[in-house]
Amino acid sequence: MEHHIRMPLTKDKVKELKAGDYVYITGTLYSARDAAHKRMYESLEKGEVLPFPLENQIIYYMGPTPGREGQVIGSAGPTTSGRMDKYTPCLLNQGLCGMIGKGKRSEEVLSGMKQNTAVYFAAVGGAGALLSKCIKKSEVIAYEDLGTEAVRKLYAENFPVIVAADSEGNDIYDIK
Amino acid sequence: MKIIESVQITEAVKEMCIEVNYKLSEDMHEALRQAGEREESALGVQILEQLEQNMKIAAESKIPICQDTGMTVVFMQIGQDVRIEGDYIEDAVNEGIRRGYKEGYLRKSVVGDPIFRKNTEDNTPGVIHYEIVPGDKIKITVAPKGFGSENMSRVIMLKPADGITGVKQAVLETVKAAGANACPPMVIGVGIGGTFEKCALLAKKALTRKVASYSDIPYVRELEKELLDEINGLGIGPAGFGGTVTAVGLNIETCPTHIAGLPVAVNICCHVNRHITRVL
Ligand code: SF4
Repeated sequence: MEHHIRMPLTKDKVKELKAGDYVYITGTLYSARDAAHKRMYESLEKGEVLPFPLENQIIYYMGPTPGREGQVIGSAGPTTSGRMDKYTPCLLNQGLCGMIGKGKRSEEVLSGMKQNTAVYFAAVGGAGALLSKCIKKSEVIAYEDLGTEAVRKLYAENFPVIVAADSEGNDIYDIK
Repeated sequence: MKIIESVQITEAVKEMCIEVNYKLSEDMHEALRQAGEREESALGVQILEQLEQNMKIAAESKIPICQDTGMTVVFMQIGQDVRIEGDYIEDAVNEGIRRGYKEGYLRKSVVGDPIFRKNTEDNTPGVIHYEIVPGDKIKITVAPKGFGSENMSRVIMLKPADGITGVKQAVLETVKAAGANACPPMVIGVGIGGTFEKCALLAKKALTRKVASYSDIPYVRELEKELLDEINGLGIGPAGFGGTVTAVGLNIETCPTHIAGLPVAVNICCHVNRHITRVL
């Protein structure tokens, strides 16, 4: 099955996405990886507000190379999602609807996705040059001191992903 | 005695850091092309086509092949008849990395302390290995290593009684656990023998050999072929979405070891297996 979706992502839309489906995403994505997750997690523990709203949004696990003059962004492929597993259930409880990365997720994340009706997408690892062409805007919106690990607000057009795990707990890395 | 200026080292390292992150070596490129012909899963074929396209875009639009431009591993083989003038060699190499990662628009992926984790902002220091060899040349190999695959690597201290069966099992289990995290199709470097750190170094070096260049030692060559076949039978496939191409190469290096031990290191690398060599 192939889907073209526009952000923000609603729970109804999430329910239609099944493990193995091809999805092209257009709209806003937020990039965050290890260090940004740690900060967001600590902020939530302290009861602070996050630098961007999570509700109906997608986080892309990615830290780009710097863009050249005239480029929106440099190479921009997914990083390994499993390193974010510790922080993810808590973000899902805040309304996060989707994640893009690569590799398997933990049981805790999969069950958090079921509870909160969220979806996990995989982008092709090591295809950062190709994927960067689908990113039309990029702006650092938080944690600038983290360099490549800062949070970026991205605007993507037809960003190609595959549903790696759906909101019912089906996991493409298990099916094969 | 031949004199080599440290600035020559800096310049070479800088250029190599840039080149290696924008263009895969011809053997790696060819191995991926052939993988496309062998892959049986339709999705797998599609992924391999995307990787091919990715390399084209990288070259044409001057975008690094992968955003993880790695921690910079550098092998320095220094001829014992060479005299280096100028800066301390380690500073010269790191200066090359610093300039290469800045001028090449590469990602700064190194933190200064493993616990406090503040980015050094210039990708230094590199991980530099020195070897003194005969002759009056310096051979430099730059091999940036991405951590999606590095994180899935292992050192296993087997017992002598485990033998070749134990080695095979250790490799297969490591590859299985690596799965999609290592951005398959992978290249696998295996080091057998030596000590704890020696086998790890051999495994890393094995990755800098031509992909699927077989060992001169008959039993090792057999083992390389058998393991590669079995790995491709695991079903992990391109990007871990299932398929028949899980690895495009597996190189083994061996060396003498202790009567009580059989150390094995498995260094997993992704399809962006980068290495480049120059001789000064
Ligand atoms: S494992 Fe390799 S291909 Fe995958 S993101 Fe890391 S460097 Fe890139």
